[in-house]
Amino acid sequence: VKTLLSGNEAIARGAYESGVRLASAYPGTPSTEILENMVQYKDIVSEWAPNEKVALDTAVGGAYAGARSMAVMKHVGLNVAADTFFYAAMTGAEAGLLIVCADDPAMHSSQNEQDNRRYCKFARVPCLEPSDSQEAKDMVGVGLEISERFDTPVMLRTTTRIGHSHTLVELGERQAGEVEGPYEYRLDQAKYVMVPGNARRRHPIIEERVSRLAEFAESFAYNKVELNDPRLGIVTDGVAYQYAREVFPEASFLRLGMTYPLPPKLVQEFADKVVRLIVIEELDPFIEEEIRLIGIQVEGKSIFPLVGELDPGVVRAAAVRAGLLDAEQAVAPLEVQDLPPLPMRPPLLCPGCPHRGLFTVTNKLKLVVNGDIGCYALGFLPPLSALHTCGCMGASIGVAHGVSKVGVRQKHVAVLGDSTFFHSGMPALLNTAYNRSDTVTVILDNRTTAMTGHQENPATGKTLDGEETVRVDFEQLARAMGIENTYRVDPYDLKQTENALRAALAVDGPAVVIAERACALLPEARAKWTALEVDPERCNGCGLCFRIGCPAVLRSNESDPKTGRLRVKIDPLLCTGCNICAQVCARGAILGREEILRRQEARS
Amino acid sequence: VKAINFLVVGVGGQGALLASNVLAEVGVRAGFDVKKAEVHGMSQRGGSVNSHVRWGEQVNSPLIGGGEVDVLFSLEKLETLRYLNMLRKGGLALIGEFSIPPLTVSSGEQRYPDDEQIERALRQVTEDFLCVPTLSLATQAGAARAHNVVLLGALSARIEAAAPETWMQVIEVTVPEKYLALNRLAFEMGRTYALRDNEIKYSAS
Repeated sequence: VKTLLSGNEAIARGAYESGVRLASAYPGTPSTEILENMVQYKDIVSEWAPNEKVALDTAVGGAYAGARSMAVMKHVGLNVAADTFFYAAMTGAEAGLLIVCADDPAMHSSQNEQDNRRYCKFARVPCLEPSDSQEAKDMVGVGLEISERFDTPVMLRTTTRIGHSHTLVELGERQAGEVEGPYEYRLDQAKYVMVPGNARRRHPIIEERVSRLAEFAESFAYNKVELNDPRLGIVTDGVAYQYAREVFPEASFLRLGMTYPLPPKLVQEFADKVVRLIVIEELDPFIEEEIRLIGIQVEGKSIFPLVGELDPGVVRAAAVRAGLLDAEQAVAPLEVQDLPPLPMRPPLLCPGCPHRGLFTVTNKLKLVVNGDIGCYALGFLPPLSALHTCGCMGASIGVAHGVSKVGVRQKHVAVLGDSTFFHSGMPALLNTAYNRSDTVTVILDNRTTAMTGHQENPATGKTLDGEETVRVDFEQLARAMGIENTYRVDPYDLKQTENALRAALAVDGPAVVIAERACALLPEARAKWTALEVDPERCNGCGLCFRIGCPAVLRSNESDPKTGRLRVKIDPLLCTGCNICAQVCARGAILGREEILRRQEARS
Repeated sequence: VKAINFLVVGVGGQGALLASNVLAEVGVRAGFDVKKAEVHGMSQRGGSVNSHVRWGEQVNSPLIGGGEVDVLFSLEKLETLRYLNMLRKGGLALIGEFSIPPLTVSSGEQRYPDDEQIERALRQVTEDFLCVPTLSLATQAGAARAHNVVLLGALSARIEAAAPETWMQVIEVTVPEKYLALNRLAFEMGRTYALRDNEIKYSAS
């Protein structure tokens, strides 16, 4: 029986079947579901780490100790873990070490579309790429075997369309035996202490390892040749293979399951058998460049786009332009005439989002906001337009510190969430204390990692498997770093938040404002939802309440006779009763939560 | 067996993912190779969402190319137009009568397309479309939330490759047990609605 699994579910299953003992990750789209699914397998120790570097160091430790281990992250997470990735490539380990890395072509949920195959060449680490969920599962075990055989970390590189696509998978059983603990720690300082003297001896070893891996790749089962029509030969990898197969059902294929290092003889033999050799790959011309380095002529990015993700339509259109397909053969999107202008529907801060309260206040105070990665990045969208920079995880505080040090006329703050603060905000906050800047750091503590779908973190007091654990007190943490000026506010209370921000901005030296309010989508918050109402007698349709950008605030069909403007109404299905709109209204026309609850009580 | 490409569209939070999960599993039980592709994360927060579901003897790409969608399954009226160019000429469009005005509409900056505009656009691509009063039928069945199951019921009346029992079996293992009766009713109401529409079309022709 085959089961429909996403690539991410399949990878978790693959870890279970291949005897993985330890897995650590930081949540990040499109990789998050791997650990969320791993936790069901009690034979594996599964953890959320504060960031990807800690996750990878943890996996390295497990593999040094002799247990099959893996670290999981999205593509940009490897930037954070890169230091570890490089030393692990130098040392190797005592048991299989797999790094699952999920690239995000088209940037569905990311700040860039870096191609992490480059990291593999950079660090001399083999790169495996599945083309569907079955391969995603099986390549976990295959990768661990390669890791053990060649004494190297292995990267399993997925993309959004592998991790988030469901395809049929044949399940297997957990491999038991020698890979289970307890483990005897084997001491080997020359191999594991990367001081210059030892590192100099290791470098030639890892270069020689690349040659042996290239030799291995020549007969690697997942590097598959399919000879059909010899007029067109396509070298491809990952999900691009599926698109290419669909657009060119007659062509010959070399599908690479390992894209670093390449098998030179296999590529040369394939090239010799076809008339025209092309590469179809998403993002960078990685395979294309490697083939050129072998000394073989090939086309790739001269035909297919470098930017964004591929799909059958994109591949087909590019192929038609390059004369690889007749235009008549190609299905194309229809051109629908007479379509009315379609209002856009960008992602939004949800109704009841506590971040809306903070941004309403920073807008009122006309603050420059150095933002960060998380739901609150959506605060940049109109009508709030409240966030002015956002680069990568943890960047907000360092950037604000720099702004502060050169001195600007405007008041400014750093804004980041609880999980992002733990990820990489802590050293930056320490820097504001150590180097004494006037930086005001606002920590939006919504008691969850919201953007990726509510994962636990050190502010929630729970671990990945739901066990109780320590809960960090941000105020004590800031004080321990030497920051005396700390304020705790409820971002639903605009006056309180404003007062705290004004006070924090006025003090000499660094300050921290902790905005505490649970994400409105958490079950405990949902239980308290109460829809607000508008008093039509008092609303004159001024529209002030639209400035907070809440999806629950709507125009009604009824206009105010004096102003002629349409009055406001509140969507009872969407409104959570956060009270922010009621505080913004100058005419008291929106009945607040207390009032609504009082009336409900009076009615019953 | 003929391959069928479904594109499920809607607004984040509407239950589009549940509908596409059911659709994919029905395909598996009907004996097809099945692939399904969707995006999670940032785009879910009240944004436009879509999920590709493909049934076939052997399916390669998890994504459907533009102009290759056989069935556009739309839970929200405006979203139908956003993805209309993905439908093949003469393909089937099932549209739930459910409108969620985007922020720019609710604040009065932009206009939500009216039914006449929607119909005009649809007719350029296909005559085979059906608007289903998903919200009112689901409310009759017991909960507005089940509007996605109403539309699945309607779809089941148009897909011969899977038996109606198969759809219900999958829904049974997908929804929480306490909502089972409600969802069964919602499915039947959607199915009946579409069957009646079929009869009207056949008797007319």
